[in-house]
Amino acid sequence: MSTLNLDSNFSDADAFYAALADIHRDRTPEASEQINARLILLLANQVGDQAILEQALAIAGQIDSETDHDK
Amino acid sequence: MPTSYVNPEYPYQHSPDQDAQLPTHHPVIIAGGGPAGLAAAMDLAQQGVRTVVLDDNNTVSVGSRAICIAKRTLEICDRYGCGQAMLDKGVTWHLGKVYFGEEQIYEFNLLPEEDHKVPAFINLQQYYMEEYMVKRCMEMPEIELRWLHKVTAVNTDDSGTKVTVHTSEGDYTLSCDYLLVADGANSHIRSSLGLESKGQVFEDRFLIADIIMKADFPAERRFWFDAPFHPGQSTLLHKQADNVWRIDFQLGWDADPEEEKKLENIRPRVEAMLGKDMEWELDWASVYTFRCRKMDSFIHHRVFFIGDAAHQVSPFGARGANGALQGVDNLGWKLAAVMQGRAPESLLHTYDTERQHGAKENILHSTRATDFMTPKNNITKVFRDTVLDLSRHYPFARALVNSGRLSKPCSYPSSPLNTLDSDNFGAGVEPGSPCPDAPVGGGNGSGWLLNHIGNRFGILLKGEVDSNKLDHLVNSANALGQALDLICIDTADIQREDAVYLRDDKGVLNQRYDLGASAVYLIRPDQHVAARWRHFDPEAVAAALRRALGSELATEQAA
Repeated sequence: MSTLNLDSNFSDADAFYAALADIHRDRTPEASEQINARLILLLANQVGDQAILEQALAIAGQIDSETDHDK
Repeated sequence: MPTSYVNPEYPYQHSPDQDAQLPTHHPVIIAGGGPAGLAAAMDLAQQGVRTVVLDDNNTVSVGSRAICIAKRTLEICDRYGCGQAMLDKGVTWHLGKVYFGEEQIYEFNLLPEEDHKVPAFINLQQYYMEEYMVKRCMEMPEIELRWLHKVTAVNTDDSGTKVTVHTSEGDYTLSCDYLLVADGANSHIRSSLGLESKGQVFEDRFLIADIIMKADFPAERRFWFDAPFHPGQSTLLHKQADNVWRIDFQLGWDADPEEEKKLENIRPRVEAMLGKDMEWELDWASVYTFRCRKMDSFIHHRVFFIGDAAHQVSPFGARGANGALQGVDNLGWKLAAVMQGRAPESLLHTYDTERQHGAKENILHSTRATDFMTPKNNITKVFRDTVLDLSRHYPFARALVNSGRLSKPCSYPSSPLNTLDSDNFGAGVEPGSPCPDAPVGGGNGSGWLLNHIGNRFGILLKGEVDSNKLDHLVNSANALGQALDLICIDTADIQREDAVYLRDDKGVLNQRYDLGASAVYLIRPDQHVAARWRHFDPEAVAAALRRALGSELATEQAA
């Protein structure tokens, strides 16, 4: 089964992060939300492999606020 | 306030120039006696160029200010003859740890590589750095330091510059061919000439609390995002000389600078961090904001801006004073070559092109670090906190954590002074890059390559060397007015008075420079590679030397 890569795979991590921050600069919260959704869909298509996407979804879903709520 | 350091006071001295009927002429005047100005004086002195340094004060830095001195700066200062004093006094560190809340999420080792004379970084208060620089300047007969001589006006055009100087005894005027402006971030000279340093202001405030304490914490850089003792904000802890520790608290934009500087407000912050039982005294405190900005051109007629006057960065990344020294390193030999008639005036413009590249790199990195630390809106804060959260478990996210990308030596890969590779090098040092150090035997006995190159052009030769060909090259260089250091590596076949023979006993030089059986490197006076080949062809080296001196630069650039 394909495995989600959790080691750094960025060719330029700092440049990516700066571009990510830039695209959100001076946007309304609604616009930012939409941009994030579009970005996730684009990248998910690039990944393609359902097994990998499900592993990523599983990690993404484990958020602290909910874990705390469950306690 | 107790203090670990007493600032030296350098006396005001009357100069005969103050009694002259007409303005006295000096080839080079340097306005400002901080790290950039003092370094420029030493660099030019190494080239035999006399300078007068005018400073409005009579001492070194008040407060520790810049404390992280990078490897390249130490190598440059070693070339000036004041690097060892810094190394002896400074605190060597190479481990950095990054925390998110209670947890360590990341750690980096700056120089896992052996076989370098100087470490990746030392921490040393700026006043010590300046004090050692002043001491070295005073040993150099080419340098005249004038304390409490303040430049108040500058008039300049293409033919030269007139400088009005204010002293307690009144004003006087000097003239010069070249003025180097090193009067700091808020350069009065820059604004008086109607020039601007452009960029962005960051809406955040930071408190520096330098405290004196005897603690057995290791000499590591420790950085907290959302520190448990300083919730929601970042904190930095770093050791300096004399048991002084730098603590840097992020305060946010709404903080009141005057209130935050008070001991009664600093004490609870430090106690929350170190515990109430720790004994410490406050050494120096400062609340600062910062900007990332630079001038569009560092040259205005024959006025050259260096250091913070030319470009300014946020402190995270140690790119301020370290960037300043690399700029001076770049300018010194070019100015000397032009003044001594060895190069066209257009060579000076490559100070601007090469160092604009350096300044942009420094501003880019320090802006990114600052943006990571101080998210500008809610969504970037969500991303930042998510990166930190994920980085606790997943290595990929650690690549995105940015608490400052620490200063690395700048390369000039697209400089017009480089001759591009025509031979095959698998690794080694590309044209435009600074020379990495390596242990060597022989020569002057110092044990290190970088103590054998610099101040003049040099060639590094490995393999069979024909002495006639070397003569040919030396003659070509002489015709250009250039003295050339000839450095032969592991060569036994020739014996020349004008060559230095080094042994690469450990093989590190071979490895770092990809020397193989045979290689030739042409190295600039600032220890950057200008060109390299597999085999020694004196014509090719002479052509690259001419290019590195600006022969191929368009003459219209000279305007």
